[in-house]
Amino acid sequence: MVDLTSNLAGIKSPNPFWLASAPPTNSAYQVMKAFDLGWGGAVWKTIGEPIVNVSSRYSSVNYKNFRMMGLNNIELITDRPLEENLHELREVKRYYPDRALIASLMVESTREAWHTVVKQVEDCGVDGLELNFGCPHGMSERGMGAAVGQVPEYTCQIVEWVKQVARTPVIVKLTPNISNITYPAMAAQGAGCDAISLINTINSITGIDLDTFEPRPKVRGKSSHGGYCGPAVKPIALNLLATLTTNPKFNRPVSGIGGIENWQDAVEFLLLGATNVQVCTAVMHYGFRIIDELTAGLTAWMEQKGFRTLDDFRGKSVPRIVDWGDLDLNYKIIAKIDPKKCIGCQLCYIACEDGAHQSIALNPDPNVRVPVVLNDVCVGCNLCSLVCPVDGCITMTEVDNKKPQTSWRQWQAKLAASKGAAVAAPAHGSHNAP
Amino acid sequence: MPIRNVAHRLTPDQIQKNMADIAPAMSVEDATAEASRCLFCFDAPCTRACPTHINVPEFIKRLATRNIVGAARTILDANILGASCARACPTEVLCEGACVYNLEKAPPIQIGRLQRYATDPIVMTGKQVLPLAPDNGKRVSVVGAGPGGLAASAELRRLGYKVTCYDAQDKPGGLNTFGIAPYKMTNEEALLEAEYIRKMGVEFVLKARVGTDVPLSQLEAQSDAIVLAVGLGGTSKLGLSGEELDGVCGATEFIEEVRRDPTRVVLGRRIIVVGAGNTSIDAATEAKRLGAETVTIVYRRSEKEKGCYDYEYNLAKKDGVVFHWLVNPVRVVGVAGAVSALECIRMRLGPPDASGRPAPEPIAGSEFALPCDMLIKSTGQEKRVGFFKAISGVDVKGGRVVVNEGYRTGNPKYFAVGDCVNGGKEVVNAAAEAKKAAAAIHRALFGPAAIPVPQPGPRLAKPAVHPPMPF
Ligand SMILES: Cc1cc2nc3c(=O)[nH]c(=O)nc-3n(C[C@H](O)[C@H](O)[C@H](O)COP(=O)(O)OP(=O)(O)OC[C@H]3O[C@@H](n4cnc5c(N)ncnc54)[C@H](O)[C@@H]3O)c2cc1C
Ligand SMILES: Cc1cc2nc3c(=O)[nH]c(=O)nc-3n(C[C@H](O)[C@H](O)[C@H](O)COP(=O)(O)O)c2cc1C
Ligand code: SF4
Repeated sequence: MVDLTSNLAGIKSPNPFWLASAPPTNSAYQVMKAFDLGWGGAVWKTIGEPIVNVSSRYSSVNYKNFRMMGLNNIELITDRPLEENLHELREVKRYYPDRALIASLMVESTREAWHTVVKQVEDCGVDGLELNFGCPHGMSERGMGAAVGQVPEYTCQIVEWVKQVARTPVIVKLTPNISNITYPAMAAQGAGCDAISLINTINSITGIDLDTFEPRPKVRGKSSHGGYCGPAVKPIALNLLATLTTNPKFNRPVSGIGGIENWQDAVEFLLLGATNVQVCTAVMHYGFRIIDELTAGLTAWMEQKGFRTLDDFRGKSVPRIVDWGDLDLNYKIIAKIDPKKCIGCQLCYIACEDGAHQSIALNPDPNVRVPVVLNDVCVGCNLCSLVCPVDGCITMTEVDNKKPQTSWRQWQAKLAASKGAAVAAPAHGSHNAP
Repeated sequence: MPIRNVAHRLTPDQIQKNMADIAPAMSVEDATAEASRCLFCFDAPCTRACPTHINVPEFIKRLATRNIVGAARTILDANILGASCARACPTEVLCEGACVYNLEKAPPIQIGRLQRYATDPIVMTGKQVLPLAPDNGKRVSVVGAGPGGLAASAELRRLGYKVTCYDAQDKPGGLNTFGIAPYKMTNEEALLEAEYIRKMGVEFVLKARVGTDVPLSQLEAQSDAIVLAVGLGGTSKLGLSGEELDGVCGATEFIEEVRRDPTRVVLGRRIIVVGAGNTSIDAATEAKRLGAETVTIVYRRSEKEKGCYDYEYNLAKKDGVVFHWLVNPVRVVGVAGAVSALECIRMRLGPPDASGRPAPEPIAGSEFALPCDMLIKSTGQEKRVGFFKAISGVDVKGGRVVVNEGYRTGNPKYFAVGDCVNGGKEVVNAAAEAKKAAAAIHRALFGPAAIPVPQPGPRLAKPAVHPPMPF
């Protein structure tokens, strides 16, 4: 039997799927409905001084037939009175004691304000706190959200204040709008946070109305930088997650967020070391009911792979992310086209011819539409197999070139040795520097 | 023509419903979604399969980005009759049949419907999107305003010619107006397309039969070149006794009546159509949709040798048309001057004939009679041989005008395109031939370089192979 329970820094939930702090967690009405359908936890819509929102608030990027591949918003934190939020938090916890209920917080940057709000929400019985240092718009202009997350010193300061009074685990939610995620993460860790969550939304302008010249979302003819999320941001989120989980000095659990729409996405986050995941856009698109597909898919995959608990595979792919300089330069693959599967679109041909290495030729007989890979010149870049519309038609196959595994680092070391110089690994900046 | 048992006439509403578009216009969502499915193949098979070589992926890509004018320009630049081809083309054997999705057992891109989506807002509204060359001082006369004549006129206008197009009919369009099945193309659409070409600056002279109303000598005197696009003639005779009885008609004549006004067509209750080509199918299907109780097609060969496309065949079957294979008519039987039955004989397949198909042979003693109230003959159209005989140097072989690769006849002033040259193909073939003929006229009158062919610029050699690792 597969066990989906998860435990993030002591916060337990029946499955690793939480609702991210966002419109789906605006109210008890919504969160209770989500819990009924099976969500493992919910991070309440960020609580703070109530704000006034603009209208409209969202815009999106569509890709071909896919709507909302990326979603952008210029919404702020909760617009509901604090008392209402506190009351509803208490009620939700009372009726759904087995689910993880997290209060997301963002208040002005004073010790008093943070101490007060922490006490207020913990008194409602929440299981943990998430400090929102990520909101990239509106709140940052007021010295909150990303304005904190982008300055490691501020992050450190506020986490320290919170930890002075918090009785429940403290999660710090990071902004991706920074050149190296390691700095704020290490600052939060240094200040004693219990977990990290990432990512919040990415600064974005999704597009412009070509008839009126108004950027979207339109607010009386104008717009503002918004926050980007949804399927489009997953690769960025995975990269930032791996940046932390591959850093030996980083030792906090991570709640993974960003573009998770199905169980495969969630598994990828877990394989890169996340302890659980949070979902926002997918729920805004399809509703809470997607939880069914998430848990069913994850369960089936774990059964198929023989994993019993999430810990059985958590972080399994982390060691496979290395610096480029440690990749084997002597590994060689080339493209192979299966003529039985090929439908003759010749996209591989034109992609390689114009966009890669001129390693695919058309068949000399124009009536034979299957192209020919020039084995001697193919560099094994994958491009053709990526553009090919047929699953399994172009496979990248290894050629044994009888050469020993050699990375760039080893090569540099050999070069140095052959020159009689000391064999030192070349200085090679790592992406997780601190 | 007095018909023995007249079919109950449907109400105009019912007729309109039965004749409604079989491939209706797409919505913006439908079109954008379908356009987004296009893989944008290199050297696309659909483009190759189109006789006019419309750059299909290019126009579809433009549609996907909602550049409708651009999409229409791509289509009309290759094929000025893009709007009628979108409706009339047998796409399943042309572009859509070549779509690589077929090899994936997935539905091909609906190229015809997308083409209609792109061209309708331009052609049906008269929006000019193609540049016209300045007047080049030369004049061409075009005989026939069917697809071949319309396309030739438009292509020549684009090259700067002054064009006058003559047609014997009261309306332009040829078989687009009087032949294609009404559920594929309406009269209004056919006429709007002709109007589009008139707006390009082509002068139409209607109700003017060249050779009689307008002498050929006048055309020769006034033109630097003449394009003949006279199509084919009326339905061929069966050569059977009783063929002149009331209630016996030709398929193209019957269809012309339907196209002129379907609410006034007088039908027999039981109809027999002789022949199994595309025209036979159209006649049978239209008769069924107009309220005939039974429509039976008799064909002397087997189902395998039928001349119609599968798409048309299935359409007729769906409409309830009955097929009698290996049955040949021998005599038309009448009562009081009106057809009452078709006497037939059963056939069997023998050794291959000149067409390569097994020759049907009668089975002695197998004669039988099929009762009917109306008989539609559909075994091909007559050729306008007499018309061509009047022009010196123009050769006709097997009923087709003989032309070179530039569609020039034996008389250097005369070019010919369309059904009269190819023996009866599709609208798109007429358009393709017309375009080639226009180019040939231009080269003939202004020299071989009149239509420049883009030449590739200089190239350095491809880079050497990536250097292997030095260890
Ligand atoms: C019943 C039927 C259904 C068809 N369905 C389809 C279909 O679904 N899809 C498709 O692609 N194709 C279809 N076709 C074929 C298509 O209509 C023809 O290939 C096309 O119309 C040929 O064009 P054309 O200009 O050569 O001839 P036509 O369309 O026949 O035009 C010839 C014109 O020349 C005029 N003309 C003739 N002699 C003279 C003269 N001496 N002086 C002046 N004018 C003259 C005629 O009045 C006529 O308007 C169908 C044909 C028929 C008969
Ligand atoms: C409309 C909207 C409002 C959001 N509000 C908050 C918020 O109040 N607090 C917060 O921490 N994150 C907020 N987020 C960010 C999400 O919690 C989440 O980090 C981000 O959307 C990425 O996840 P996704 O790709 O699953 O949507 C908001 C996102 C959206 C779309
Ligand atoms: S792998 Fe890259 S280089 Fe090799 S054939 Fe494919 S596209 Fe060309």
